[in-house]
Formats: sequence, C-alpha cells, structure tokens
Amino acid sequence: MSVAPGLQPESWHLLTLLERAPGLHVLADTLSDLVDDGHPVVAGTADLKYSNGLIRFQERHPDRFVQFGISEQHMVSTAAGLATTGLQPYVATFASFLALLACEQIRTDAAYTQLPVRLIGHHAGITLGFYGTSHHATEDLAIMRSIAGLTVIAPADPAQLGAALRASVDRPEPIYLRIGRGQEPAVYEDGDLSEFEIGKAIAHGAGEELTILATGSMVHPALQAAEALRAEGRSVGVLDVHTIKPLDEQAVLAAAARSERLMSVEEHNVLGGLGGAAAEVLSAHGAGTPLHRHGIRDEFSLIGPPTHLYRHYRLDAAGIAAEARELLDGAAR
Amino acid sequence: MTTAMSDETTAAEIARIEERARFARLETVRLISIAKTGHYASGFSCAEILATLYYGVMRLRRGEPDWPERDRFLFGKGHAAATLYPLLADWGFFPAAELDEYTRLGNAFGDHPDMTRIPGIDFSSGSLGHALSAGVGMALGGRMQGQDFTTYVLLGDGEQHEGQVWEAALHAAHHRVRDLVAIVDRNDHSLDGQIDGVTGIEPLLDKWRAFGWEAHEVDGHDAGALLALFRALAADRERTCPAVVVANTIKGKGISYMESEFGWHLGWLAPQDEANAIAELEGGR
Repeated sequence: MSVAPGLQPESWHLLTLLERAPGLHVLADTLSDLVDDGHPVVAGTADLKYSNGLIRFQERHPDRFVQFGISEQHMVSTAAGLATTGLQPYVATFASFLALLACEQIRTDAAYTQLPVRLIGHHAGITLGFYGTSHHATEDLAIMRSIAGLTVIAPADPAQLGAALRASVDRPEPIYLRIGRGQEPAVYEDGDLSEFEIGKAIAHGAGEELTILATGSMVHPALQAAEALRAEGRSVGVLDVHTIKPLDEQAVLAAAARSERLMSVEEHNVLGGLGGAAAEVLSAHGAGTPLHRHGIRDEFSLIGPPTHLYRHYRLDAAGIAAEARELLDGAAR
Repeated sequence: MTTAMSDETTAAEIARIEERARFARLETVRLISIAKTGHYASGFSCAEILATLYYGVMRLRRGEPDWPERDRFLFGKGHAAATLYPLLADWGFFPAAELDEYTRLGNAFGDHPDMTRIPGIDFSSGSLGHALSAGVGMALGGRMQGQDFTTYVLLGDGEQHEGQVWEAALHAAHHRVRDLVAIVDRNDHSLDGQIDGVTGIEPLLDKWRAFGWEAHEVDGHDAGALLALFRALAADRERTCPAVVVANTIKGKGISYMESEFGWHLGWLAPQDEANAIAELEGGR
C-alpha cells in the first residue's frame, strides 16, 4: 500500500515507519496486554510515538497514554509523580535523551525515591547511525549502572524485551531498559524465555577456549560468531548478559573458571558498561582469566548506516569472530 | 449572625495560622542550631504559606501521612525543609523528638526532604526544577484513577530559572491539570543576590498566564489573604486550567537584620545571637 496516491509501494513516511521496525511492536503490545491483564500500567513518550511504536499502545489504551512533548526531563520527573499514586509508568525516548539529557531526573526522582518507574531507552548505541553523536548512546550503560538502586537491562531481541517487560511489572524498583531500533534479528522464540529472570544470564554453550559475554544487540552477532569459530574447531560459548545490573556474578565467574579467555561485546563504550562490570567482578574475586573488552573504544562513533558502522567497529558477526580469532591466536603465540 | 460566626471562625483560624508560622520559624532556628548551618531566610519567607496550607487548606488526616485521599504537597525549594518538618511532626506523622537529631549521621532529616524516610514528605526534593513535574504526575495519576485530591507545589522564585519548570508549565496547561496549584515564593532573592541582578524573571504573572495558567498575586505573609485565596481556588469547580499563586514575600521575614539581606540565604547564629533571635520572634505576637 502506498503512502500517497501514485507513489510506489516502497516509498514510506513516518506513519509507516513502524512496519519496518517489527521489533518495536513488542514494546507497545506487551504494555497494552499488561493493561488488559489489570496492571496499572501507564505509557508515555516525548514526541516519539511513531519511532518507538507507542502509538499502538495509545490506540489500544488512550486513557493510559501520556504524550509529554519534547520534554524528556519533565517526562521522567512526571513519571515519578505518577508512580507515587500507584501507577506503573513506562516512559520511552531515544536512549541518548533519556540516559544523558534526563540523567539527573532519573537519579534523583526515580532512583533515590525508589519508585517503580520504567525507563525505555530505545535506539541505543549507534543504531541511529548517520544521525550523529547527539543521537548515539554509547555511555548509557555506564551512567545508569552507577546509579544506586537502578536495575539495568539490555534485552537481546523482541522476544526478550517482551519477557523483560513482563518480568518488570511487579518489581518495586526503578528499571532502565536499553533497546535498539526494532530491526534486530530474533535470538529467541517466545517459548525459549519461559524461565527468563531479571539478573540471571543465559548461557549458550560452554567454551573452553573462550566465552563471549554479550549484551543487547550484540547477542545475535556474538552467537553467529561463536558458531563460525566452532566450525573452525574452536571451543567457544556465549553468555547472554541481558541484565547489566544486578550482574549475574556467578555466571561470569563460572565462565571465567571454564574458559581460558573472556571477551565482552557491547554496542557501548568499552569503559563502564558490560566489560567494566565484568572486570570488576573478576578482579574482586581474583579470577585470573584475561578479559578482552570489545566495543566502541572510548571515542565518538563515526557516522554512517548502522550496518556499515557495525562492520567498521567489528560489531557484526564477522567482526566479532575476527576479534576473537586475533585474541585466541595472539594468546597461542 | 451566620456571617459574624463565620468571621469569628476565620479570625480564629488566621490567628492559629500566624501562631503556627511563628512556631515554624522558632523550630527552624532550633534545628539550624543543631546542624550549625541552614537556610533561615528561605524558610522564613514561606512560613505563612506553609502554615496556611497545613492548617487551613490541605485535606489531611492526623497521624496518617499515607492516607490516599490526602492533598499532596511538593517542596520545590526543598532547602527550606527545616521549616516544614516541625509542621509534619505537629500533624503526628512522626514523633517530634526525631527532629532533635536533625542532620546527625544517618538521620532521616537533612537539609532537603527525603520521601523514603520521612512520613508526610510526598516527594523528595533538593534539585530545583523537578517538583512541578512530579506534581503534574501526581495530579495526572489522581485524575486517571478518579481521585479528587489537590496537589500543591511550592516553588522558589530563583527556581523559575530552571527550564524544566516551564516544560511542566506547558504540559500541565495542555492537559488541563486543574487540581494543581503552584505557589511561587517571590522573596526576590536567590543565592547570589537579588533575582533582578542574577537573571530577571519578571513579569512573572504574565509569563504564567502566557503559559495557560490562571495566575494570582498575594501578600505571602498575610495569613488571611492566603487563606481566602487558597480556599477560593479549592472551591472553584469552574476552572479548567492549573493555577499559580505568586506570593510576594520578604526573605528572612521575622528577624530584622535578616530581612532582604541575601547573605542569610545560608548561615548560623551563635548562641547569644540565637537567643536574641528567638526573643525577637517570640516578641512578634
């Protein structure tokens, strides 16, 4: 169906954008289902309902939707106010504007108060490609992780986002959920996640030579990379660390005990995110297993189409595999 | 006869509010003497506003700080919390003796109010500019759930510098959040001096009106005027927009040498000076 009379079916505009981001449907649809199930869920956004798909929530539950306009700081503080009345607010905007622009509101109004505010930072990492640094978020995990009392989750795919949202609903604490742009390939089927638990990492195979610790959008390419490496005869496993905080320390230490090497992969600065969190645990426990932190190396990303950026920064399957090969070969030398 | 009775009742209420405002100032002096530093002047400018809300306007239940139907109060200028704590203790929300350890290690009562530890504090504050947004959230949440409480948010005039105040002002007007009353304690000073010299905010009422609010101006130390205005706002069922009360006040009101001397934004009185200050406040009957 064309977006205007006489236009080709491939032409698109904002109102058909969502069709191209099926991963984001899960956000609105899960929240809508939670309202149907009787949960006092309220959803809001800062003038991005077509970008994050919350238009679908608004259509199903207009009385539970709050449009904040382009006022991210106000949105976070208001969500905290809503939570004091017994509601469960889920507010969403670009991760850059949520975790950086409204950082202090998250810290002071949601975390310090320990109110059940859910913060959805979407289009995180470098998914906004050539929009540039203002729209990238390669610092959010590090910032959010350092806020006391804030749970930090980076689901790997739409199914895991749905599971995380459902798992979040009865939790008393504030939660930051970091997601991509809704075009991420599926890692899981819904049925795979019946035992999903916030704070419990998911192991995909055991690697004697290497375990890749991956989070969020990097889980899928990490699994593909591990498969390629295994085809070469290497023993490589992947740990899906969907919860950055509280970190599943036992799973990280178990991987360190099992594998000769560890490599963290995240669409984030190598400082302070998953790699930083894992390094803290390893050093605290005296684990001697070397950890290689892979991600954006403390620089502002170039601009470009996201897939090109992933290739450039070795954050696609081939790049992660190449990084791992160098690591393992270097270790062997 | 009825009118005369009602006037008499009101006169008694006004006297009670004035007496509680004096109590709040005296307690502020006492608490700051414990902490050895504090915001005398910021608390003194809003003592009548707080006393009027807590003893003449807000729907509250003694000893029940979490009563769901209570009116809400958010203290944007949270640095004046020492003037509010004694009123909350007076309402039986916590034992007054807890204030004797004000600001001591691990105590719940600090320079800024903490909702997680102090019964009766409806929202934590300290970072200027947040409270009106949180108040919008409370009022919206109440409306979504069919509750009819009113949310009062007391802002500083220096706080008007914060951009988030105006995000909240736009949003509240757009959504016609009518059960929301903002109060601006216009004491004309922020930390660095007179507001006019720091960054001017006038004409303030025009600004709020331009943002879609019903704006009123009142003498912030006149308990009778405050009581009449707040009650009229609460009784007005026709208003469809939020309301703001710009209360003209004197920073440091009640202690002669503190009045409009911006240095007293923060300070401490040595024992003899404190005794003299108490005498001056007690003499102001």
